[in-house]
Amino acid sequence: MPELEAPAPSDPRVIVSGRSTAENLTGNWRTLRPSIDAARCTGCLICWKYCPEACVALTEKVPVIDYSYCKGCGICVEECPTRCIGFAPEEAA
Amino acid sequence: MKPSIAEEELMSPGHLACQGCSATISMRYALKGLGRETAVVLPACCWTVLAGPAPRSALGVPVLHTAFASAAAAACGVKAGLLARGDSRTQVMAWAGDGGTFDIGLQALSGAADRDEDILYVCYDNEAYMNTGIQRSGGTPQGAWTMTTPGQGGSRRPKKDLDAIVLAHHIPYFATATPAYAEDMVRKFQKARSIKGFRFIHVLSPCPPGWKSEPADSIKLSRLAVQTGLFRLYEVEGGRSRLNVPVAKRKPVGEYLRLQGRFRAMTPQEEARLQRRVDEAWSA
Amino acid sequence: MKKVLMGNHAAAVGAALARAQVVAAYPITPQTQSIELLAEMKEKGAFPGAYIAVESEHSAMAALLGAASAGARTFTATSSHGLAYMHELLHWVAGARLPVVMAEVNRALAAPWSLWTDQTDSLSQRDTGWLQFYCSTNQEILDTTIMAYKIAEAVRLPAMVVYDGFTLSHSYEPVEVPAQDAVDAFLPAYRPEQVLDTARPLAFGALVPPKEYLRLRRSMAADMARAETLIEEVGREFGEAFGRCYGVFDAYRCEDATTLLVTSGAVGSTARAAVDALRERGLAAGNLRIRAFRPFPAQALRRFLGRGVKLAVVDRNYSPGASGIFAQEIRAALYPATARPPVFGYVAGLGGGDITVELLQEIWSKVDEGKAEKTQPTWAEDAR
Repeated sequence: MPELEAPAPSDPRVIVSGRSTAENLTGNWRTLRPSIDAARCTGCLICWKYCPEACVALTEKVPVIDYSYCKGCGICVEECPTRCIGFAPEEAA
Repeated sequence: MKPSIAEEELMSPGHLACQGCSATISMRYALKGLGRETAVVLPACCWTVLAGPAPRSALGVPVLHTAFASAAAAACGVKAGLLARGDSRTQVMAWAGDGGTFDIGLQALSGAADRDEDILYVCYDNEAYMNTGIQRSGGTPQGAWTMTTPGQGGSRRPKKDLDAIVLAHHIPYFATATPAYAEDMVRKFQKARSIKGFRFIHVLSPCPPGWKSEPADSIKLSRLAVQTGLFRLYEVEGGRSRLNVPVAKRKPVGEYLRLQGRFRAMTPQEEARLQRRVDEAWSA
Repeated sequence: MKKVLMGNHAAAVGAALARAQVVAAYPITPQTQSIELLAEMKEKGAFPGAYIAVESEHSAMAALLGAASAGARTFTATSSHGLAYMHELLHWVAGARLPVVMAEVNRALAAPWSLWTDQTDSLSQRDTGWLQFYCSTNQEILDTTIMAYKIAEAVRLPAMVVYDGFTLSHSYEPVEVPAQDAVDAFLPAYRPEQVLDTARPLAFGALVPPKEYLRLRRSMAADMARAETLIEEVGREFGEAFGRCYGVFDAYRCEDATTLLVTSGAVGSTARAAVDALRERGLAAGNLRIRAFRPFPAQALRRFLGRGVKLAVVDRNYSPGASGIFAQEIRAALYPATARPPVFGYVAGLGGGDITVELLQEIWSKVDEGKAEKTQPTWAEDAR
């Protein structure tokens, strides 16, 4: 039976969360992959604005989706006013 | 192009929300409006889980987890504790779901509002107990299917009029918001920050698993809730109410209902009755 | 300075002297005067802390969870149903390791309604992780409130200062009120390391896996164990500073006693009178008054109780299906001892019934003469 050693008074009494969830790469939840067609993108930033993951980066013009986090919800695809975000099965990418 | 809302992100990716969760978009906007000098109090709700298990946190501001019924009371205590420490700058935001606000947390909410405590209380309303797996709450609309209203006709009672309850407390600031109207929402949090006393923001927050909707449709649903007239975007300051997003020509409620599986069993008669109720509310 | 104070005022004065920074409270009989006094002191500028007049006890404890998490020294007072209503937050505050101090006035729980003293309310919170101290005089209420902060803050556990409804809460006694600077010297300001702070944004209380949960509870156990010796140390230090010494229990004329009345709370004072009366009659009686119920002073009891002594435990509380709660705890504490003193349980004074000097003498004699029931608690009614 694994037994705990005698606890020292200096043992942590509470566990506080001081690290970011950015350590969790949630990109592997994704089955459909959004991809921005840079040629048609007007840089309106709506995809950045509505992203529930906060994983679309602002750039000079065409925003960049961070696929390590993107869960593939498709909100950006749906909301893009120029319909320039494709949404294809992950295997195809 | 310059972004229409603040660039700074105080909510980090890697959180554990479902795909298309608008409670996360709402939190992003809330913190964009409030800024870094904010402490968040979370009772039991979806955010308990999606904020991340220890030792990770999805927020770049301090967070206190607390018991289900206690969001408002714990937030009052945090504010008093910060003041005792000489910190009068930090805003304290209680962030609770509809269950924690309409139902179990209503007493503490009423107490804090009645005392005009210097906190901001936000209810992100996804219209059922979603964290425990979709049970009916006082925020569930009539006709909606939930795990505890599984029969024909769904939830039998109309959604509780939380706004009226909160407004009955004569608080300095009240607003509604929903993430489709991002600029409006961020502005309301900025405004709330500038006001002293008890402030309340009611956020309608579409939930794909609970509403049985497509994750991609969350913003569309948020917008349709406003455009059909089902959810009104307004604010009440010093007792004066102002409609923020006037809807010139309301869309039929069916457009909103049909994107959601939870209303699938609604009959045409029930839908017509809902439409009549909305029309009456707007003509009043 | 000597003042005539009721028990409830003694608790409030203790909290004010301890410089509690945030008070959140809700009224309930028989606790009310303690929070009324703080509200009045606040109004007159004599209490600089914040006073939150919450709408329930559940919110009182939740507000203190928030305030203590932000780094404030906190205080509340409650009783009976109020304490029961707080139950969820009692666990929360203890698990969060926040040294909240609360005055808890014993009162029986309904149904049926009762207003009077009975320890079942506080004792039924024994598994929440709060330190519990039972007081027998108003002086002890004031002193214990101040000491409670020192102990609680050292072991990072919340503490209840428990005393009898009406018998102490509403009775006036002369109380030595220590000077503020002396209390300040004894009890330095509370400065926790980790607090809600935007400069260092931490999340408190987030979900943990089972392994971490067990370790956290283990560290709580270690600090509870540490508290057992700390209560004695702080009690001695208090004695050096203020001339009144306190320990985990208080032994009165126990040295050569054949049977000890084991008591807690205000009954402890009555038991002294009973012991004096028995001694007058040439009988070897003593009184052991338990002050610390959590941590339960098991080690100290095993060390203290020698071979041959019998224990007559008088419980003003009852755990249905078991026995008086102090009797249970004492039996459990003594079980590992090689010379196990026999324990006889008496349940008396529930719902505020008097536990008189005569009744205590009678109980003592029954036990000393070997006529007491050993396996079942004996229910004793106030003869009057």
